[in-house]
Amino acid sequence: MTAHIVIIGAGQAGVQTAEALRAGGFAGAITLLGDEPHGPYHRPPLSKAWLAGDIGAEQLVMRAPEALARKNIALRTHTPVSAIDRAARQVKLADGSTLSYSGLVLATGAAPRSLPLPGGAAQGVLALRSRMDASAMAERMAMCIEKQLSVVVIGGGFIGLEVAATARKKGLRVTVLEAAPRLLGRVLAPLLSDWYAALHGSQGVHLKLGAQITALETDRQGAVSGVRLADGTLLAAGLVVVGIGVSANDQLARDAGLECERGIVVDACGRTSDPVIMAAGDCTARRLPDGSLLRLESVQNATEQGKSVAAALLGQERPFTATPWFWSDQYDKKLQMAGLSSGADQWAVRGDMDSGSFSVYHLRAGQLLAVDSVNASRDHLQARKLLDAGVSPTPAQVGDAAFDLGTLLLK
Amino acid sequence: MANITYIEASGQATTLNLPDGWSLMQGATANGVDGILGECGGSCACATCHCYVDEARLTDLAPASDNELAMLENVAAERRPGSRLACQIKATAALDGLIIHLPEMQE
Repeated sequence: MTAHIVIIGAGQAGVQTAEALRAGGFAGAITLLGDEPHGPYHRPPLSKAWLAGDIGAEQLVMRAPEALARKNIALRTHTPVSAIDRAARQVKLADGSTLSYSGLVLATGAAPRSLPLPGGAAQGVLALRSRMDASAMAERMAMCIEKQLSVVVIGGGFIGLEVAATARKKGLRVTVLEAAPRLLGRVLAPLLSDWYAALHGSQGVHLKLGAQITALETDRQGAVSGVRLADGTLLAAGLVVVGIGVSANDQLARDAGLECERGIVVDACGRTSDPVIMAAGDCTARRLPDGSLLRLESVQNATEQGKSVAAALLGQERPFTATPWFWSDQYDKKLQMAGLSSGADQWAVRGDMDSGSFSVYHLRAGQLLAVDSVNASRDHLQARKLLDAGVSPTPAQVGDAAFDLGTLLLK
Repeated sequence: MANITYIEASGQATTLNLPDGWSLMQGATANGVDGILGECGGSCACATCHCYVDEARLTDLAPASDNELAMLENVAAERRPGSRLACQIKATAALDGLIIHLPEMQE
């Protein structure tokens, strides 16, 4: 059989894999299957510029069809996959046809978790993942503006807070409900959670931490009308945004008998438990040398795993071992994170938090784990280098603005 | 509106007429110009839309923000005096006729 690599998923990881295969000299056929009606587009602007109505569909395009065609990458949109037959090395499409592969890449992404509460599926209860999701949310926001209805955001994570910021920019009344005692509690240091709570408060967001929701109320037409809290409070809403995390789209892989646990389990090179099947991006869970699983949901993870997977298909080892990084834009604040902060026991601040430009360094037993920078891109880029090199500043060095942390890299 | 000419590392030149407000990165990706990736979607977070602006025209552009200047320290190809991130340059009439060169690599 001639070489044919089929990539399921035409998002960041899928496109990266296809292009990296060509850049790596792969001369066989490449088919990129997307289940959405449009070609590859950028997701990061969806919660910001797209939702705000500042940009049009053309400005969201990640790769124009002609750019993919020039690289002989066959893009098929609107083409969902229904099953993988590993024995026959075939992908079954939803229309009943099949595609044979010599190598298969799963880049199926993730899907927002739905709210497991009464009314959780009512009209006007929306999550944000795809361009269509974001368009539906923008329409609902327009209705809320017209009818003077409020927006309630469930979940004080990145998506929820970015949507809250955009909604405020449109002049909507916004309440953010977070079950935990602080915002972004899994990733940020407590003092930065407090800083973000204050930021949203100063922008007019009503924030409720430790919120317990019992149900979503609906009107006679079945549309959401409010959020009921455990203390009996009813928050009226014309739009309820659900941002309580995502689950990996690993059903195809599970059905095909591939090892899955919180995602499609892959090694550092993106290989699954089948030697001719790879996976990249939000759908994966990476098995670390200590046996634990690492799930990353980020553009960087998608592009890095895409490159690793392409290399693996070409018989090369290209493990993704670089320091993870991520960012979130809220109002005029750019948060850039490097490293993984889990397990930190000490935090040190560089810069003045009141000035709006500073970084928080996470340490564990003196070792640098992660750095979160707000409007401080130089700190962020330097942090990636420190983390890549395994170099840790002391808390005193972090706090001393006159001390150049870069000198630690010279030793 | 502005006519912007993109010259890829291969020498391939493409002139696009960009509406006001479009970033030069968006123009490239929407129209299939190779050599600009824009992995972060235009958030000034990845430095993969590096371009070289004709130095004589630099003053026609809004100056780079601190964030952009910092990200420019992280570009894959050589940083030059005309280095900018294409996602941070918005088309306006003042940019008409601008020529940008694209580097050989973005990552």
